[in-house]
Amino acid sequence: MCFISYRNSLTLWSSQVFCFPDGIDNVLFIIVSSVAFPKEIKVQRILRERFCHQSPHDNLFEVQVQYKHLIELLKRTAIHGESNSVLIIGPRGSGKTMLINHALKELMEVEGMSENVLQVHLNGLLQINDKIALKEITRQLNLENVVGDKVFGSFAENLSFLLEALKKGDRTSSCPVIFILDEFDLFAHHKNQTLLYNLLDISQSAQTPVAIIGLTCRLDILELLEKRVKSRFSHRQIHLMNSFSFAQYLKIFKEQLSLPSVFPEKIFAKKWNESVQDLSEERSVREVLQKHFNVSKNLRSLHMLLMLALNRVTPSHPFITAADLMEANQLCSMDSKGNIVHGLSVLEICLIIAMKHLNDIYEEEPFNFQMVYNEFQKFVQRKAHSVYNFEKPVVMKAFEHLQQLELIRPMERTSVNAQREYQLMKLLLDNTQIMNALQKYPNCPTDVRQWATSSLSWL
Amino acid sequence: MAYCSARLRTRQTYLWVGRPSLDQKLHYQTYKEMSLKREGYSTEIHIQVGQFVLIEGDDNENPYVAKLVELFEDDSEPYSKKRARVQRFIRFCEVPVCKQHLLGRKPDTQEIFWYDNPACNSNISVETIIGCVRVVALAPDEVIPIDLKNEKTFFVKLSWNEKKFKPLPPEVFAQLNKLQEDNHRYQKSTEAKTKSTESPSWTTTEHAVKRIESRHSTSKSRHTASHPVTPRARKRLELSSFPRTPNTRISQATSCASLDSPGRMKRKVAFSEIMSPSKRSLPDGSQTLSPALKAPEKTGEIQHSCTKDAKKTSPDHGMILRTRVPALKTTETSEERTLTPTRGGRKSSVAPSVILKPEYIERREGKEPEVQDEATSISRIRRKSSLLTLNRIRQQLRFLGNSKSDQSDEEFLPAAEISDCDSEEEEASTTPLSRRTPNSMSRNLRSSMKSSLQTPSKTPKKTPEPRTPRDATPRIRSRNLAAQEPTNMLEEARLRLHVSAVPESLPCREQEFQDIYNFVESKLLDRTGGCMYISGVPGTGKTATVHEVMRCLQQAAQDSDVPPFQYIEVNGMKLTEPHQVYVQILQKLTGKRATANHAAKLLAKRFCTQGSSQETTVLLVDELDLLWTQKQDVMYNLFDWPTHKEARLVVLTIANTMDLPERIMMNRVSSRLGLTRMSFQPYTHSQLQQILMSRLRHVKAFEDDTIQLVARKVAALSGDARRCLDICRRATEICEFSCQKPDSPGLVTTAHLLEAIDEMFSSSYITAIKNSSVLEQSFLRAILAEFRRSGLEEATLQQVYVQHVALCRMEGLPYPTMSETMAVCSRLGACRLLLVEPSRNDVLLRVRLNVSQDDVLYALKEE
Repeated sequence: MCFISYRNSLTLWSSQVFCFPDGIDNVLFIIVSSVAFPKEIKVQRILRERFCHQSPHDNLFEVQVQYKHLIELLKRTAIHGESNSVLIIGPRGSGKTMLINHALKELMEVEGMSENVLQVHLNGLLQINDKIALKEITRQLNLENVVGDKVFGSFAENLSFLLEALKKGDRTSSCPVIFILDEFDLFAHHKNQTLLYNLLDISQSAQTPVAIIGLTCRLDILELLEKRVKSRFSHRQIHLMNSFSFAQYLKIFKEQLSLPSVFPEKIFAKKWNESVQDLSEERSVREVLQKHFNVSKNLRSLHMLLMLALNRVTPSHPFITAADLMEANQLCSMDSKGNIVHGLSVLEICLIIAMKHLNDIYEEEPFNFQMVYNEFQKFVQRKAHSVYNFEKPVVMKAFEHLQQLELIRPMERTSVNAQREYQLMKLLLDNTQIMNALQKYPNCPTDVRQWATSSLSWL
Repeated sequence: MAYCSARLRTRQTYLWVGRPSLDQKLHYQTYKEMSLKREGYSTEIHIQVGQFVLIEGDDNENPYVAKLVELFEDDSEPYSKKRARVQRFIRFCEVPVCKQHLLGRKPDTQEIFWYDNPACNSNISVETIIGCVRVVALAPDEVIPIDLKNEKTFFVKLSWNEKKFKPLPPEVFAQLNKLQEDNHRYQKSTEAKTKSTESPSWTTTEHAVKRIESRHSTSKSRHTASHPVTPRARKRLELSSFPRTPNTRISQATSCASLDSPGRMKRKVAFSEIMSPSKRSLPDGSQTLSPALKAPEKTGEIQHSCTKDAKKTSPDHGMILRTRVPALKTTETSEERTLTPTRGGRKSSVAPSVILKPEYIERREGKEPEVQDEATSISRIRRKSSLLTLNRIRQQLRFLGNSKSDQSDEEFLPAAEISDCDSEEEEASTTPLSRRTPNSMSRNLRSSMKSSLQTPSKTPKKTPEPRTPRDATPRIRSRNLAAQEPTNMLEEARLRLHVSAVPESLPCREQEFQDIYNFVESKLLDRTGGCMYISGVPGTGKTATVHEVMRCLQQAAQDSDVPPFQYIEVNGMKLTEPHQVYVQILQKLTGKRATANHAAKLLAKRFCTQGSSQETTVLLVDELDLLWTQKQDVMYNLFDWPTHKEARLVVLTIANTMDLPERIMMNRVSSRLGLTRMSFQPYTHSQLQQILMSRLRHVKAFEDDTIQLVARKVAALSGDARRCLDICRRATEICEFSCQKPDSPGLVTTAHLLEAIDEMFSSSYITAIKNSSVLEQSFLRAILAEFRRSGLEEATLQQVYVQHVALCRMEGLPYPTMSETMAVCSRLGACRLLLVEPSRNDVLLRVRLNVSQDDVLYALKEE
């Protein structure tokens, strides 16, 4: 029983693992490299790539205005040598990185532009302090060539070196540099915000033309900047807010799932696209999508849903059906803790119910093992015929198992000499969660179920 | 050169020589000559008025050079009554870095400049004099004779008056040349004399010399090598024939008064050389400082002893006989050494290897035996390199050949130079400092000069290896495509509105400009120092105004309206650490690099010691608050230096907050900062309007009222001029955007501006809430409901979840699972609509709103 519920939660996780199909595809490729791929595998390959890689080849959805703003700004830096700074703000999964990648791709497609523009990509999660960031900038600007093969000097030397390098340039003669700072908010936590100050200062002075593009999901980003840094920032903000309606969402769903016209097997592609069209008109599918849309508007969660559905496609089951989508949706919206509760033994369920009652009685006050054990004993004494009277050490073991599953959590850190029976604990399950799990619990004794609904049921 | 080293170890006593002559007008006594005596040494250096001297300076490696004009005793000076008036020369490295380019060529290492600046401090304490030196005047186009390039000779070609390099004034040139002529004459006669006396004296003293040489060839060679470097060596020789040269009254006051018995004298010299190699400087000095005994009855004896002495070092004579170069006025160290190999087979390996440096000699002493053992192998190696250098020098000589007339000199000189280079090379191979193989003469000379002035007692200072990043001038590679110039009015306007565009004038800051200008100008004119503190919120033109002031002052300095000054700028934000400010200042001031601690010491020495003749330095410290340290030592130093009389430092500091001195500075720091404060008020709307108007003077891109609108908006918000310019720039873009015809876009209207302002200043929270998903919105509602229920502004996720479930049931939404709710919560937390605890607290994590409840309600009601 335990195993089953674990597997359930595992499937949830494994489906996320499937989000990285490169490895799998490579394995497949090695195995069947000589054999022609079944068309289903080809479909899966194309679509998975679309869902997982934020490749700038795909269409942009509903962000044309922002895109125009960004591309114009980049072009002015690249062509006119005008320095600029801009922040792209939007919640996670709203397509910030895709937007900038798209814009850079378009910019580089302009003739002669790729040699004319330097790019520096930084990420706040990787460049955790200014020293590392400076080294990375120097590396990406290929300024080590100037330095020779020498290992880099001190932080101070680096900074003055880079500043001098950027100071030397001017608007008309120097190659523009585009700085892309991913997770911009993390750079604001660096000491004194030295890097941001200097970059933004360059963007506001007649030095090498730069475009500073920050990507962040924090709406309060400007409050993080020190006032002198803030003053040097141009206050241009591009907001990506997932501001589309359900109709547009449905359109995106169709576009994301349909096969491109370059697909080698035309007949199959046509069939596939027709089935997608049918799917989008089906009521149950719309309901599923509506529910998903209500939960989250970002496209990454849609990709997640489609990926789970896509994994069900096999040669014997060539097209995605409404049932697939519904199942995928169920997997997505599953309560992970409820699944764990399904796998518990009856004794453990009884302990959780006892804890629930304690919570009700003492109004969310913490409890300890002894209290739970007493509560359990009360129940067992009345209804001894349905539940074994377990020894105390056995009950203790079950209690510890619950703690390992993180269904209960100690209030303080466990110390060695503290008596485990009296350590204060809190339940990390909500009443509704317990009741829902209990309803689905297989072969649950009726007494236990009754006890769960009312603590006074034995009377 | 030992005197230099000894100077730091021992005390020196300075005594007047001769009778004082009273200056009636000035009421002090002047002298013609002084003597310099080192404690523990029996010798004295006599320096006369008219000679060139080295004066203690900022660094030990490059002491100041000056001509002694007057020696006098001044009772009014508190510390040292013995004063000297000098005419200074300036080295190229002392010329301000920013003006070095005015020379227009690479200066020779030994080149100095006549310092033509009446303002410079010519009255020095006698105690700062280190020793005498030789200076040769040359015509501006004359090539510096290569054989004169020893380290104790300087060349003057030009004069420097803080603005430009000029040829020497004729009278100065004549004066300098006269001194030289004297030297030359003496030398000529010396040669003549020695020539005549050589052969007999040689035979008589041969035995003794041989004995000494054979027994102590190393010490001997050291001896011979070490003294001729200095002008004194030459002077001794001169003296041997002309004991009473008026120019060089160098005396040999050996402690053993037995000058009359040359034999004893010789023995003593030999003894000291054998027994006490560590006291090399003593016998060396005693020999090199040739007698200047004025007592006429002793003359004969002195002459005798000196000739004997000269015989003993007979290589000198042979050399002198050969170096009959008219252009040369000194004997050359290296030349002497070339002769030694011809004398004894054994010496040949050791003698050339000896270097003129005390530092080196001291080091050698430790490993003398090995050197001797290795000598043969070294000489073999050396032969190869000597061939190389020979070629190089030949080339150089061919280049210089037109200035040489005597053919025999050319034959001789290469050999001399070779041995010189040889020894240099060997030195390079033996010294721990890994110098590169010398490929240029000048570097060798420079390095040898440096080390010669170093103190041998200390461990030899590590000459910083020239590291590439320091010399490399990094720059971003230049662009291939030409930057497009603005094609229409809007683009032109955008270019002018960019913050980086430098306006022709700074409108609305005339008063502040005038105040700062007056402050700095008065300090420059008074030749004093001072501090000024400038505060103001960001974007009010503080830095721009100071830059403008400096530009004007530099212009004025060019026109000689104010004294010349040096301008340095540091920014606290561009430093990694407060103490780095020293490094930056030192680098910009002198071009030198040092560690923070060392730089602090050098700067303190520069600004706090007397007797340094510098021009005023103006230092701008931007973002002062970043220089705060626990001990506040950086700020303290910055404000303490200007209080020194000699520093002539004007410090302008800029920071954001008005009360910075009171808030973060200790009393002793803020007291030194003084009360000269200035605060830049935020711009008013009319000022902002004026700024915009001045930038857009000839460009018609905006409708008339729009500028006023933006000025008022910004003035109400912050008064930040940068904001104002950014908004206008954005408005031009929006205008261009919305315009249908790209070639003739219309004017920027109020609507465009309002859109730009809206874009920049509107809070994005409300749009974010409006655009969030249904579940996220209902979660926010649940939070509000929970807050209202509990009356607190904080709730745990579990509490909110209960509300959330109820709410969803009411609205007919599907039941939200805990996992979904958790995901919603973390999404809202990531974009900071909510403030949440880390998610390891699970359902117990506490949630707070980051937006006001009213805003949330407003955003949710809109639908």
